Amino acid sequence: MNAIKLAAAAILASSALTGAAVARDQVQIAGSSTVLPYASIVAEAFGENFEFPTPVVESGGSGAGRKKLCEGVGENTIDIANSSSRIKQSDIDLCASNGVTEIQEVRIGYDGIVFASDINGPEYAFTPSDWHNALAAKVLKDGQLVDNPYKSWNEIRADLPAQEILAFVPGTKHGTREVFDEKVIIAGCEENGAAEAHKAAGAEDVDDACMALRTDGVSIDIDGDYTETLARVDANKNGIGVFGLSFYQNNTDKIRVGTMGGVVPSVESIASGEYPVSRPLYFYVKNAHLDVIPGLQEYVEFFVSDEIAGPDGPLAAYGLVSDPELAKTQEMVKSRTPMGALN
Amino acid sequence: MTEITADHSAGAGTTGRSLLNVGERTRKRNAAEKRFRMMGLAAVAIGIFALVGLMASILSNGLSSFNQTYIALDVYLDPAKLDKNGNRAPEDLQKITTFTIQPLIKTAVQDMLDKRGFAAEGVNPNEAAALISGEAPAELRRFILANPDQIGETISFDLLASGRIDGYFKGRVTMESAALDRNISPEQLVLADRLKEAGILDLRFNWAFFTAPDASDTRPEAAGLGVAILGSAYMMMIVLALSLPIGVAASIYLEEFAPQNRWTDLIEVNIANLAAVPSIVFGILGLALFINFVGLPQSAPIVGALVLTLMTLPTIIIATRAALKAVPPSIRDAALGIGASKMQAIFHHVLPLAAPGILTGAIIGLAQALGETAPLLLIGMVAFVREYPAAPPEGFFDPAAALPVQVYNWTQRGDPAFIERASGAIIVLLIFLLVMNAIAILLRRRFERRW
Repeated sequence: MNAIKLAAAAILASSALTGAAVARDQVQIAGSSTVLPYASIVAEAFGENFEFPTPVVESGGSGAGRKKLCEGVGENTIDIANSSSRIKQSDIDLCASNGVTEIQEVRIGYDGIVFASDINGPEYAFTPSDWHNALAAKVLKDGQLVDNPYKSWNEIRADLPAQEILAFVPGTKHGTREVFDEKVIIAGCEENGAAEAHKAAGAEDVDDACMALRTDGVSIDIDGDYTETLARVDANKNGIGVFGLSFYQNNTDKIRVGTMGGVVPSVESIASGEYPVSRPLYFYVKNAHLDVIPGLQEYVEFFVSDEIAGPDGPLAAYGLVSDPELAKTQEMVKSRTPMGALN
Repeated sequence: MTEITADHSAGAGTTGRSLLNVGERTRKRNAAEKRFRMMGLAAVAIGIFALVGLMASILSNGLSSFNQTYIALDVYLDPAKLDKNGNRAPEDLQKITTFTIQPLIKTAVQDMLDKRGFAAEGVNPNEAAALISGEAPAELRRFILANPDQIGETISFDLLASGRIDGYFKGRVTMESAALDRNISPEQLVLADRLKEAGILDLRFNWAFFTAPDASDTRPEAAGLGVAILGSAYMMMIVLALSLPIGVAASIYLEEFAPQNRWTDLIEVNIANLAAVPSIVFGILGLALFINFVGLPQSAPIVGALVLTLMTLPTIIIATRAALKAVPPSIRDAALGIGASKMQAIFHHVLPLAAPGILTGAIIGLAQALGETAPLLLIGMVAFVREYPAAPPEGFFDPAAALPVQVYNWTQRGDPAFIERASGAIIVLLIFLLVMNAIAILLRRRFERRW
């Protein structure tokens, strides 16, 4: 290993000498791949309209992004973490232990989660209860908790199409999965009484019992992104995929969306709260970097400005449901109010 | 061998057997040979089939990215909107945003349609303006800032058509799909057809694909490979500059000077193992060592290049040692015999003769590094980067993308137009790899000597 070690030492020495002298002049962002398209739209517009260079936006997942944010303060750490779920106490603790004390929480809007099937297939009108019956490992049938017997949708409810059940749901590492579990599966579990039955049967954690999905190949976890889900639906016309609203809106010629509880998902129905399956999107800003990295404060203000994040802005046009309380967020960003304790 | 003699002796003992009259065992052997040939042929056929399938899918998806649809538009740069103070002061002009420019384009499209008598049914002014890419206001803003004296004039621009319109002329979007698509309507496509007949809209070679930076998800038509090609080129420069001298020095020492003992055996085994280590491992090493420990910037070509150097070194060392070994000892002996020192013998005689082999190994190592994505994932190079890195050496520390990473990025985007872009980027990457491999073969053909 002599030669390799020597080489590594030489590389280290040369890079350490040159690396020290570089100062960063662009904003660095990492995190959720759901927020990535919005962040890149804003970054692009920011680069076009300001003298500052275009921010660099990395993806890699919400959790990974928050961890990177909490790595410490300094130019080789990121400034902003995009996140499709709220920051966790463990992240805040990690941040604090690395000297990252002040973080701003910026809510940029809401993202809808839709259920879509092949464009030429039948129309679906789902309820959360249908989804729980279709995918849960144990369902309530004739008052008994039994292993999921359903093979096609019309066995669950007669007015659903007579089509084989096959669902492509986001893998457990996705933030989307959390929302799917919480707002569809668990909600459905309570709706159709399975939760009661689990409780009566002495389940330790009713939510966990509800969330256990069947493993006979009917529910397929997709660990990739929505393009993979789309390819799966394309290859298997019976399949129903779980997508983000903006992804669906870009592919309305290939997939058709099912209603949930009778509500068609759209920017409007999500904004009004009628469509139940949605979640807020956030980004987290490291306050210690605000006056150090040029353009960071401007980027944050630009992101939540009415022109960008408002209902007529480019983000809404791409499928983000704009936040009715945007003015409050703008105020907060201006005064750089750090987030308080989690409630 | 035994079979032949056995056959022969058996044949001698029986009557009615000759070369013309094929015996049972001969027939078996012939059949076995035939089977083997068929299997070989089938293996080759499967290989060719896979290659043709792959190439066909990439080419059919990607070739269209080398053409792009443009719309010629005369835009009146309204001073009332752009320069309210009327002083053309640069700091005032700086405040013009793309949001103030967008209405100018909308008016210009409407004027153009009115003048040509194209007032199409079912297309409102907003939809007509949507034929033009979202990149257009940015282009106009750059022009205005560069030429403030042109405010108040009517300037003719060649603007990108939006992704769906571009897709229509490439066969990706059809009237049927447009009827279902919320981003485009069949009426808009009819209007685009009319514009094409009038010569306002045309397809031309897409130079911007090679020079423009990446674009956001709303503008697939503006996305290009400029930053990625530059980033890849920077990385290859550093990889070559580091791995070739280090690799060659290590190989010469190991091959010519190092004593043959347990330690050198150990080193040899380790180098061979290192060549087989999955590339993602080098990414983890790079993150821990170069970014977290040394503190190099994220997403920078220098970090990518250092990681790829570590990955390329074993390949180069193995190739170089093989090339040095292939030089006959008589050359060394002759040089030493007439009084050359060991170093002179190596540098004056052995190394030049081994050079073609070394360079071939280096180029193949580089080609491998050029197509590598996995280690770059971990060091922040899979990112949306729109700024070109500066000229080297400072540019080595600026954020940049790389070609394979750009492919990966584009395949994840929601707009189907990015599939075309990704395939186009694969074609560009394949061409680079092909050229590099061709150079390697050429070097070998031209300079290699056989003894």
